[in-house]
Amino acid sequence: MAIAILIAALAGATLALFFQPRWWFPDAISAHAKAYDAHFVVTLWIVGCIFVFAQGLLAWVVFRYRDRGQAPEAHEGSGKLEVIWTSATAVLFIGLAFAGQGIWAGIHLEASNPHALHVEVLAKQFAWSYRYAGPDGIFGRVDIRQIDDSAGNAFGIDSKDPNGRDDITAALLRVPAGRPVELYLKSRDVIHNFFVRELRLKQDVVPGMTIPLRFTADKPGTYEVPCSELCGLGHHQMRSALVVMAPGEFDAWLQEAQQKVAAP
Amino acid sequence: MIIFSIDHKVIGKQYIGLALFSVVLGTLLSLIMRFHLVYPDAKVRLFQAMWPDGAPGGQMTPELYLSLMTMHGTIMVFFVLTTAPQSGFGNYFLPLQIGAHDMAFPVLNMLSFWTTALSLLTLLAAFFVEGGAPLSGWTAYPPLSGLGRITGPGEGLGQDLWILSIALFCVASLMAAINFIATIIELRAPGMGYFDMPLTCWGWFVTALISLFAFAVLLAGGILLLLDRTAGTSFFIPGGLIVNDQVQSRSGGSPILFQHLFWFFGHPEVYIAILPGMGLISTVLSVFSGKKVFGYKAMAIALVSIGGLGFVVWGHHMFISGMSPYSSIAFSVLTLAVGVPSAVKTFNWLATLWGGRLRFTAAMHYALGFVSLFITGGITGLVLGQPGLDVYFHDTYFVVAHFHLIMGVAAIFAIFAAFHYWFPLMYGRFLNERLGKVHFFLTFLGVYAVFVPLHFAGFVGNPRRYPDFKEYEFLKSVMPLHIGVTHAAYFLGAVQLIFLFNYFWSQRHGAIAPANPWNAATREWRND
Repeated sequence: MAIAILIAALAGATLALFFQPRWWFPDAISAHAKAYDAHFVVTLWIVGCIFVFAQGLLAWVVFRYRDRGQAPEAHEGSGKLEVIWTSATAVLFIGLAFAGQGIWAGIHLEASNPHALHVEVLAKQFAWSYRYAGPDGIFGRVDIRQIDDSAGNAFGIDSKDPNGRDDITAALLRVPAGRPVELYLKSRDVIHNFFVRELRLKQDVVPGMTIPLRFTADKPGTYEVPCSELCGLGHHQMRSALVVMAPGEFDAWLQEAQQKVAAP
Repeated sequence: MIIFSIDHKVIGKQYIGLALFSVVLGTLLSLIMRFHLVYPDAKVRLFQAMWPDGAPGGQMTPELYLSLMTMHGTIMVFFVLTTAPQSGFGNYFLPLQIGAHDMAFPVLNMLSFWTTALSLLTLLAAFFVEGGAPLSGWTAYPPLSGLGRITGPGEGLGQDLWILSIALFCVASLMAAINFIATIIELRAPGMGYFDMPLTCWGWFVTALISLFAFAVLLAGGILLLLDRTAGTSFFIPGGLIVNDQVQSRSGGSPILFQHLFWFFGHPEVYIAILPGMGLISTVLSVFSGKKVFGYKAMAIALVSIGGLGFVVWGHHMFISGMSPYSSIAFSVLTLAVGVPSAVKTFNWLATLWGGRLRFTAAMHYALGFVSLFITGGITGLVLGQPGLDVYFHDTYFVVAHFHLIMGVAAIFAIFAAFHYWFPLMYGRFLNERLGKVHFFLTFLGVYAVFVPLHFAGFVGNPRRYPDFKEYEFLKSVMPLHIGVTHAAYFLGAVQLIFLFNYFWSQRHGAIAPANPWNAATREWRND
């Protein structure tokens, strides 16, 4: 009896928490993030209905069949019921899996945009660096022996390669609003993770691999990037930021950065 | 020979004792972690006394926090959730339930236990070596775990001991799995077919099969990782690494390969923890409803399906790992498919209660709590099983909430149910029913208070495995939530003393139990 009430009360309290606005997703800043939120709401409704139905039924059955001296009924099973609830959940669950593929395809399976801004992202214990190709649009070769963090060459851009002379490196990821961006994620040591909550994007950064990640942010602002794969004792401080700028501002920043590179 | 006993009942109790010790330790570690998360600047003399290097001046370092986290996860997953339901209660009651005198290989059984004990000692030794326990988490992903001291304190000898401990645990589990499988196949009472076994035996049977396949792969992964660390191989270490400003002379390995090996074990491990509990819960619900288990055969088939499907869903732990995005689609469909037999089990539990006459013993309370927690923890799998949605929640507190509810707490509720249900057979006395119910209500409340709010930290995007949340603007808003959770965790930890008191007190002073006090139909209660 008391347990039926407690189950119902805890299920109710759990449900009530979903109506508080304080701890929720941050605002979505891309078409993908908005699609994510829409599909999440669909999933949440399905999950919520199952939750209420199952917990409610449990509490009700416990209450209804509490010991009042009645004789227990003698049913031991029903092939029909098994078929019904097995096929119903199979259709629902597997249907949901297929319904969710659009969101996934939107991140990883879409073709690269030829007008995308390319940025290399380099992670190391415990910092992020970003590299832009400069006016020539070509990333310079890298040479592991030329890596020198104190001289600002975290990537190890090869001084002998002319393509690398105009490369711009930065500590923050600056991108223009509305333009497709293609990141190339690399790590120098252990696995890290690039996460932008507002883009609903998260990707491990794996040493030995270059992993592309595409997005188009449409709302200017500064968005924190927390490392989200355990990478060592400074993991929780491996912070960076995505700065989405109005296109004009971005161009101005890029131009200024290029001038600095050209005149050392 | 009480210590090196080959009696399955003694060995069962030894396993249970080891799990109890481990769960107390694992819980204490989690409470210390919860404290540090919300008071990261506190200077605690006790910390300094316990870890002079890890907490200079009483101020806990990030590496100490991460090592406590690693040890908490490892202790709980291996030495509690794998040990108690299967090796503990399984050893004790499987032979009794199928009418065997003992396990098929009693000496092997003794060896499995002592290998497990050695494994635990090896793990705990990591606390006391230079650099302390490893900080790479219970998943120990290389290269963080594969390059030695250079990637962080604890990654020296501490990480070696951790791998050695896991390897020993694998060996112990493989021995135990062979023993369980042989016992069930060979030693069933004359005339007892597979579909005459209680569902508990089905749970142990499927779990043993899973253990056999899963631990073999983890053992291989562990050995390869140890070779990478000590013999200069590069199974998991790619070329061109610069760690701590030092160029590494390795090449050709794949960090993702380790994740495949680990999760090929790691996902089935979830079912190793929960399937024995599912079997027991079916029994307890049936006994205290005065009805037979609804859909017995469907329940047995569901256990087998969960065990089988459990081996083809490991990729859902790796949606964001950088593996082929196409494989994620297959893993996603299979993952949601494994929800189907889980839902079937829930429906059958509800149907078992339906039309019954429910006797609310303490064991029944835990069984009903199990069903509720199984629902709450299970349905978020429908979110995480979709790679598109998982992308946001992966490695956040949403996942922490999900797996604690389902594989942690639900499995532990089954253990509580097992204690109350079988105590009369183990000690000839009852666990105190009233204390049991008080403990149930407070624990059930505490569990919801701790783990449900953590989902909402996940909605904010709060990464897990952070020693503190000071660095980020967006994490300021979740601090009140974490403070609430930490206090709920203290409460939850404190009320476990009721159970511990009951467990030890009732062994000597509990009410004397008559034969078959619950009117159960299974064989272990017969006096023959």
